[in-house]
Amino acid sequence: MKLWTKLLALLAVFVLVVAACGGDDDDAADTTAAEGGGDTTEAPAGGDDELIVGVSWNNYNEERWAKSDEPAIKAALEAGGATYISTDAGSSAEQQLADVEQLISQGADALIILAQDGTAILPAVQSALEQGVPVIAYDRLIEDPGALYITFDNVEVGRMQARVIFDLVPEGNYVFIKGNQADANADFLRGGQQEILQEAVDSGAIVNVGESYTDNWDPAVAQTNMEQFLTQNNNEVDAVVASNDGMAGGVVEALRAQGLAGIVPVSGQDGDAAALNRVALGEQAVSVWKDARELGKAAGEAAVALASGSALGDVSGVVIFDSPGGNSMTSILLAPIPITQDNLNVVLEAGWIDEATLCQNVPAGSVAGCP
Amino acid sequence: MEVTDASTTPEGSTEEPEERSFGSLLRATEIDTRLLGMLAALLVIWVSFHIWSGGTFLTPRNLWNLSVQTSAVAIMATGMVLVIVSRNIDLSVGSMLAVIGMAMALLQAEILPDWLGFDHPLTWVIALLAGIALGAALGAFQGFIVAYVGVPSFIVTLGGLLVWRGVAWAMASGRTIAPMDSTFQLLGGGSRGNIGALWSWVIGIVACAGIIVLLVSGRRQRIKFGFKLRPLWAEIMLGVIGCGVVLGAIGYLNRYFLPEQVARQRLEAAGETVPPEGVEIAFGLANPVLIAIGVALVVTFIATRIRFGRYVFAIGGNPEAAELGGIKTKLTIVKTFALMGILVAIGAAVQVARLNAAVSGLGQLTELYVIAAAVIGGTSLAGGVGTIPGAVLGALVMQSLQSGMVLVGVDAPLQDIAVGVVLVLAVAIDSFYRRRSA
Repeated sequence: MKLWTKLLALLAVFVLVVAACGGDDDDAADTTAAEGGGDTTEAPAGGDDELIVGVSWNNYNEERWAKSDEPAIKAALEAGGATYISTDAGSSAEQQLADVEQLISQGADALIILAQDGTAILPAVQSALEQGVPVIAYDRLIEDPGALYITFDNVEVGRMQARVIFDLVPEGNYVFIKGNQADANADFLRGGQQEILQEAVDSGAIVNVGESYTDNWDPAVAQTNMEQFLTQNNNEVDAVVASNDGMAGGVVEALRAQGLAGIVPVSGQDGDAAALNRVALGEQAVSVWKDARELGKAAGEAAVALASGSALGDVSGVVIFDSPGGNSMTSILLAPIPITQDNLNVVLEAGWIDEATLCQNVPAGSVAGCP
Repeated sequence: MEVTDASTTPEGSTEEPEERSFGSLLRATEIDTRLLGMLAALLVIWVSFHIWSGGTFLTPRNLWNLSVQTSAVAIMATGMVLVIVSRNIDLSVGSMLAVIGMAMALLQAEILPDWLGFDHPLTWVIALLAGIALGAALGAFQGFIVAYVGVPSFIVTLGGLLVWRGVAWAMASGRTIAPMDSTFQLLGGGSRGNIGALWSWVIGIVACAGIIVLLVSGRRQRIKFGFKLRPLWAEIMLGVIGCGVVLGAIGYLNRYFLPEQVARQRLEAAGETVPPEGVEIAFGLANPVLIAIGVALVVTFIATRIRFGRYVFAIGGNPEAAELGGIKTKLTIVKTFALMGILVAIGAAVQVARLNAAVSGLGQLTELYVIAAAVIGGTSLAGGVGTIPGAVLGALVMQSLQSGMVLVGVDAPLQDIAVGVVLVLAVAIDSFYRRRSA
């Protein structure tokens, strides 16, 4: 019995450790982070003349960063002749403060920061800027006008979603399935959608017959909400503006139960494999796709430029973005791509999805891009 | 619902003298007044929403929606009753739902097609059985750590909450797995996953016959052992009300018809001509609802008629006494967690089939809804007390609030506030009632 207990305790510890490291290609990096040392570097501090760019990840365990963003950043840095060093804060805002200090002390000439918390990181960013190290706020806003903000334009994503749906249904009853209420992006998206539809709403051509936030962007919640909107309106819904692909999936299932899948257009974003398949099948009108590799490339190129001493305003492609915190941020806002049945070849050619997955169950010859 | 305190009378079976008051009427029928109170509360909620939504809530369509939306949580709540009754808790059900759902989805969307091809008739059976086996194994594993290693269930399942969520993510690197096998989808309801009007009536009549058989055999048993009898009028009244509610509910739900397009497609597929004035094909009871009802009956049977179920209640009432009384308490605890795991698997099957996809975020916060359903249904967190029908009703109350608020346009943050308030209020009223009646 006692042996059993010990074995089991060991097993439990093992399971926890594995879970903590799970999904990460970079196990060694993670273990050191867990031990409290915190940081790993992939290259030693470079010589004086070599450019070094430090990247502070907030949580490298999420698949996207390792698969899309990091290789793109590395490639752009290599092309610009700079060295890549990185740290992983393991989802800890405190750890990330220390990480940034560490990167500077290792001689980083520019920093790319994916902030865990856009406000908590401010002291580290300010200290970096004081030491003359330029900072790039990667994908998430850092409220300091001294930093360069690089992201996809979320308001534009909302506009694109609404534009596609509006073209298909210029008048009628609209339902809006919004994201998690605690996520600022949910409101950016909704704001962009409203910009496109405002005029038609004012003229009465479009009627908002249902609008709801969705806890945790949960597709099951979106499905239940959609069922209720359909019930409430006796199926008289002509279009659904859903803010992402997961929720669009729930919406399409609710429509399918009423025989409306493929008849009522639905929007989404992210370029999920399942969603792109729905686009090919005609059950979803659009999935707005943000190519993370473009983001990484832009950040890498900007970092090289900044590290070589160019000013914020001189980086190519910058615009001024008025942040929610009232700062005028110098920003690079990348345009996402709306994927509809007409341009499925874009995701295929980018290698984002393979043809078999994209075209599953699609009748032969019905869609360009599918055989 | 079961009579546990019936006293024998020396001269054999007698009928109680009739009294004329509502309280004595209730006593004569031996109806659980707490259950009755919950039904009344549910009715108040339904009628309020009906008025507030301008006459939409109590339509056959919305009640049908409600029945489907409630099933997954109701299925899991029945198991949670036993876990809580045995003085434990399971916080990991939402994350386990994600792992098992993901496993079943991967199996039928990516693994089995390589062997059997897409939409093989056996795919759904294999996926479902594998999910149930996985659920039993995960549950038993957690139960083992609780019972034999002695880590409190709160901690073990809190660990599980984190671990299984991570595992669910790692299984598919956060991808969405879709679509599901076309037969498996039937488990989730939708326009195909239901049994139609005729079979709904058959189920209703069988249920009605079951109620009568139970009443008659119960009375026979009491006569045989010389227990106190319910007055004959009370027996008849219970039978009539029971049958009336069941058949009335089915008749009402059967008035929810398939949408025009779907009905046409179905008739055309069957090669029949569609009459120009349109057709009315009733949905009938949805498969997930049938599964939930089946699960509730089975778990009620386990809880009240099987030795294992009695042991669970004995352990919850007094663990030391149960242990000294010769009950293998540790093994019983492992079994309750295994049963919970099996029910999570069934809930996961319903959820994944309904969504026609598995995502790693599946079932977030579900553990809290499941626990809340059990607690609103009268399950005491102190252990030893709880009923399965109560938990199902609890789930229905929670879902009624949520669906109703979406219907009248209350947004998500306010919904959370309302559900939270109702949870605390329900338990407060319950404990007040208990103090008074004690």
